[in-house]
Amino acid sequence: MAVHSDTRFEANAASTDMFGKETTVMKQRLTRLAGAVAFGAALAVGAGAQAATPEYGGELRVVVGSDIPSYDGHIESTFGMIHPIRPFYSLLIRINPDNPSSPTDFVCDLCVGAVPEPTNDGKTYTFKIRKGVKFQDGQILTSADIKATFDKLFAPPEGIASNRKAYFAMIDRIETPDDETVVFQLKFPSGTFIPSIAMPFNFVYSKKDLETNGYTWHQTNINGTGPFRFAEHIQGSHVKGVKNPDYYHKGMPYLDGYTSIIAPKMSVRLQAIRGGQADIEFRGFPPKARDDLVKALGDKITVQESDWNCVLIVTPNHKMKPFDDPRVRRALSLAVDRYSGSEYLSKIAIVKTVGGVGFPGHPLASSPEYLEKNIAGYGRDIEANRAEAKRLLKEAGQENLKFTLHNRGVDQPYKVVGTWLIDQWKHVGLNVEQWVQPSTPFYATLRKQKDFQVSLDFNCQAVVNPIADISKFLPSGGANYAEFEDAELESIYKELLKTGDVKKQKELVQKYEKRVLDDLTSQFITLWWYKINPYRSYVNGWKIAPSHYLNQSLENIWIDKAEYKRQVGG
Amino acid sequence: MTTPEIGIGSNELPKKNNVWDHFVRMAKRQPLGTAGGLVVLLIAIMAVFAPWLAPYDPLEANFIYMLTPPDSQFLMGTDSFGRDLFSRIIYGARTALLIGFTCAIVGSATGLALGVASAYFGGYFDLIMQRVIDVFMAFPLIIMALAIVSIFGTGIDKVMIAITIPFIPRCARVVRSSALAVREMPFVDAARSIGYGHLRIIFRHIAPNVMAPFLIMLTAFMGEAILLEASLSYLGLGVQEPTPAWGLMLQGGEEFAESAPWVPIFPGLAITIAVFGFNLFGDAVRDALDPRLRSQ
Repeated sequence: MAVHSDTRFEANAASTDMFGKETTVMKQRLTRLAGAVAFGAALAVGAGAQAATPEYGGELRVVVGSDIPSYDGHIESTFGMIHPIRPFYSLLIRINPDNPSSPTDFVCDLCVGAVPEPTNDGKTYTFKIRKGVKFQDGQILTSADIKATFDKLFAPPEGIASNRKAYFAMIDRIETPDDETVVFQLKFPSGTFIPSIAMPFNFVYSKKDLETNGYTWHQTNINGTGPFRFAEHIQGSHVKGVKNPDYYHKGMPYLDGYTSIIAPKMSVRLQAIRGGQADIEFRGFPPKARDDLVKALGDKITVQESDWNCVLIVTPNHKMKPFDDPRVRRALSLAVDRYSGSEYLSKIAIVKTVGGVGFPGHPLASSPEYLEKNIAGYGRDIEANRAEAKRLLKEAGQENLKFTLHNRGVDQPYKVVGTWLIDQWKHVGLNVEQWVQPSTPFYATLRKQKDFQVSLDFNCQAVVNPIADISKFLPSGGANYAEFEDAELESIYKELLKTGDVKKQKELVQKYEKRVLDDLTSQFITLWWYKINPYRSYVNGWKIAPSHYLNQSLENIWIDKAEYKRQVGG
Repeated sequence: MTTPEIGIGSNELPKKNNVWDHFVRMAKRQPLGTAGGLVVLLIAIMAVFAPWLAPYDPLEANFIYMLTPPDSQFLMGTDSFGRDLFSRIIYGARTALLIGFTCAIVGSATGLALGVASAYFGGYFDLIMQRVIDVFMAFPLIIMALAIVSIFGTGIDKVMIAITIPFIPRCARVVRSSALAVREMPFVDAARSIGYGHLRIIFRHIAPNVMAPFLIMLTAFMGEAILLEASLSYLGLGVQEPTPAWGLMLQGGEEFAESAPWVPIFPGLAITIAVFGFNLFGDAVRDALDPRLRSQ
């Protein structure tokens, strides 16, 4: 098991001491905290080292911090659906479950062999489909089911939603020359095609189900080919799955079944793991919760950590004065000390990494050095940044600007980051209040009322696919709430979509990034999230991915029975 | 202290009672009420003089000191943002009192007007008013406040509305029962017979005579309002960060209950002491205004 610890962006300790006090106490605290993390890491490594031959049997108890809006992966974007429902379904291709931290290691799931290389100048992909795969109701899967699924995803009938339709913009048509072959014909070669096809939301449905029961049937019904079969769902309580005896990946799954227990309150999920009522939670806990669990349970807990393909974005409403003024938006970004935020917020919240628009560390993402030199707000000299912010505010006549930060009523990390931002802006003389709304009215404000001044928003993606992921910042992207238009940004993105050359892609991503974060400061990045998964150490086989949506089929998880008996008894 | 004797043959003039004499007499008669009054006074002093009493800016984050335990520099320690908890508790008294006083005064004054009017007019007006009050009173206070917050949203002004509305029917019901008796008094009939208007009779003749239950409700509401504000903020539906508010601080400290217990303990204590103080004070007011208890 791996514990990823990203120290590339470690910030300098704050140089000023508001209270003029010696920092010995805090240093001792940090030392203790570092010790605890190292201890957790050691436990995790220990657990990894003891991994042996997988054992069959047992039931996994997963706690999920959200209810299930619907069962339909094609319209949902929440872990609340993915975590309990994904094990019932299969994908055409997926991220390698044995190497989920790699953003480029894709393997076949319902196809056979390796993921195909494109032909026809990068415009044709031919997949060979597995034989004998059965849906839960006994239907046999054919290429027609794959075509029906992706037709629904990229060109749904009128009135039928497909949340990630824009990701499949390159698809021209899908052909099925025989029952075991699917051919995707693209309009243009695209580096984003394979990552888009591998998204964990692309559940493969039966063509017959779609045609007979309609395109909304899967919102309330389940019929998949995944490692587990649907057993029951008690609304607001749990979802149960049992082992699929006909599963096509031989020898899997190892578990007899699983129960996803719905528990929206973090303290409940935490205490469930601590008290032996649950084994694992897949979204992630803040560092303090990890430390408490490790302190209380010692070697009964394993911890996996990873950078997370999720980021909180500050979105000024360009239609609200004075946020139509780029000087004001730039000042907001300049006032934020990302490096000290990374150092300190990572101790209390699920955020950590300083980065640009692309997932930090990905080949297409900008390096920390590049960001530091080229993008407003990334310079290490925070005093200089803030002096510039004050100058810009003065020039714009907004030295004593008062405004409201619109935020989502979720503690981790929204409210923590919101409170931090307000403190950061206070340093340049801004007086900011926080307006917090529960998720549904929060999105209604962003999408319908549009009456916010500045809002926090997130960009969480599944498969790391920066070209698709950065469409969030595009005015025409469909999920941009900054209320602006920019022809130059659109033009850069169009060029990026059609470029196959990686070097050129990186240049264009940086041009796009500079336009968004620096020239326009249309929106700006706070900190990228950091995923921490502490779980019972008798759970084996699961590997953390840079997204809480990935690697959730549960097929490779197994329970160490001797360890389970030691910890839980029975 | 001895009271000077005044009688035949005494040449001494009676001493004028000063505030201290009153206080000592009251403390002897109502020790718990006096303690409650002192708590209320202390909270009021904290609220009014917060900028002078608080050693640090309650909003200023200083991560170098995050989660520092209580010591001589930070009397109550610091929270996860490195903010001084003592300063935030002091400033939190402002939020508590602002909400407590505003909601209690507006809620009970509106209830007073509606309750007296309902009793005075009687008939269909009273019938309809009482059924509406029945509907409002069917919901527990916190449920009603939650429902109102979910309609109006969060924020200090909305929280005040959410807390004030459930107070109105409660006060109106109690005041009405007293006003029904006052309405039958000869002086009300006399006022009517000489042609006084309804408003004059309600506010000049009936309302002053139902002040005892009104004042009891008013003081009881103050403690309840502070508790409700804390409850709503604890649920994330009340005052929002970075405003110092005790319930919000308690909620923020929940995560650190084990590793940094001072973060939730001090705001929890502040809420407990404030509500206890207001309740004791309210009981004392009730006793002072109840002729039966006063004679004892």
